[in-house]
Amino acid sequence: MKERYDIIVVGAGPAGSIAAKTAAAHGSDVLMIEKRQEIGDPVRCAEGVAKPQIKEHIKPDERWIAAEVKGSRIYAPDGTSVELSEDVSGAEVGYTLERKLFDRALADEAALAGAEVRVKTRATGVIMEDGYVKGITARHLGEEYEIRADIVIGADGIESKIGRWAGIDTTLKPSEIETGAQFLVTDIDIDQDRCEFHLGNTIAPSGYLWVFPKGNRSANIGLAIGGDVCSRGKRPIDLLRNFVEERYPDGRIIELVVGGVPSSGPLEEMVADGLMLVGDAAHQSDPLTGGGIINAMNAGSIAGEVAAHAASEGDVSKARLQEYEAIWRERHGKRLERSLAVKNRFVTMTDSDLNKLVHSVEGIDFSTMNLFQMLGILVRKNPQMLFGLRKLFM
Amino acid sequence: MISVNRYKCGYCGACVSVCPIGAVELIETWIEIADDCTECGMCAGVCPIGAIEVLK
Repeated sequence: MKERYDIIVVGAGPAGSIAAKTAAAHGSDVLMIEKRQEIGDPVRCAEGVAKPQIKEHIKPDERWIAAEVKGSRIYAPDGTSVELSEDVSGAEVGYTLERKLFDRALADEAALAGAEVRVKTRATGVIMEDGYVKGITARHLGEEYEIRADIVIGADGIESKIGRWAGIDTTLKPSEIETGAQFLVTDIDIDQDRCEFHLGNTIAPSGYLWVFPKGNRSANIGLAIGGDVCSRGKRPIDLLRNFVEERYPDGRIIELVVGGVPSSGPLEEMVADGLMLVGDAAHQSDPLTGGGIINAMNAGSIAGEVAAHAASEGDVSKARLQEYEAIWRERHGKRLERSLAVKNRFVTMTDSDLNKLVHSVEGIDFSTMNLFQMLGILVRKNPQMLFGLRKLFM
Repeated sequence: MISVNRYKCGYCGACVSVCPIGAVELIETWIEIADDCTECGMCAGVCPIGAIEVLK
């Protein structure tokens, strides 16, 4: 590890690795640190991603694709369901990843692009001088280091501290996170071509339960609920155990995953002097679906490029780095805003509301629509229940 | 005080994100609570697995 780099990226998830790769490819001297000794582990993810969007960032490789799905089915609390074909659900789901291998493949690409990667290295603070972030303090194998850089990119996930240290308040309210648990269940009879989404206040209050095929008679079965409705005896782990014991009594659980996802909508400010936040650290996960991988990669790509240019120009002021935030908001801001509005309405719904919603679209052919268009139809069919959302879908 | 059951914790970091004063930290495979913790219990509330308790 050197004493100085152009750019330091904290966290080697999808946002960090893409940021490091992009900045290195644009000629920057980049260090990416990861506090874990193994990149991609432990997994904290349902592992579903959209096919077309993933291809914009990395060539699909069967090593990290566990399963490919053709469609999905959404279940109302009363069991009524609607089917979405690949064209619709493909916008949100398409591959089930093997995140452990996927994240490592992305880190590998960052390294091949020229970034230095250090694992088992944790940021313990930021170096602040004249209001600018000038680097980090870090702990690697028990030793403290002071590492300087023109720009620090915080890609340190939901537990981000980089922003807080630099004066951006990234604290989330319990109602602004989804807290979840997931089992990898094997030896079960499920449709390997289709993802399932189950709605309902008993199954997953202020959230949903998912079944994502993972190949060979196995699936990621998980759920996430609003952090504000999580309580003793009704925690994600309890609700998940209930569901799996009831629906898949013979299934064998071979992995346990837990995690939190920001569902607040993006941070009001993602940059400061010498600092950028990307991915979950910037609360860029979709408030409605909880999907964060693609959003994180898009942010990493924009931030990496802006950072490389800003560093080489010698202007790393907040005003300069805001270019990243402006581009990100222009491309993705509207979609997340819409998702947040829909989520805020969904979390207030009773099971009978949710049943009515699904009944209202039973039999409609969604095969040529994306999620946005499908939500648009829901809003038109249920003007009273979804009052106020209509303008978002015009 | 806040007690984190290390044998239960899945070290996901959900608790870290809701701490109003940034007193919770996910080190590597464990959670540390700083001395300035006010015992508000936000962290315990959102834990997906029930590994955190506020001991009175």
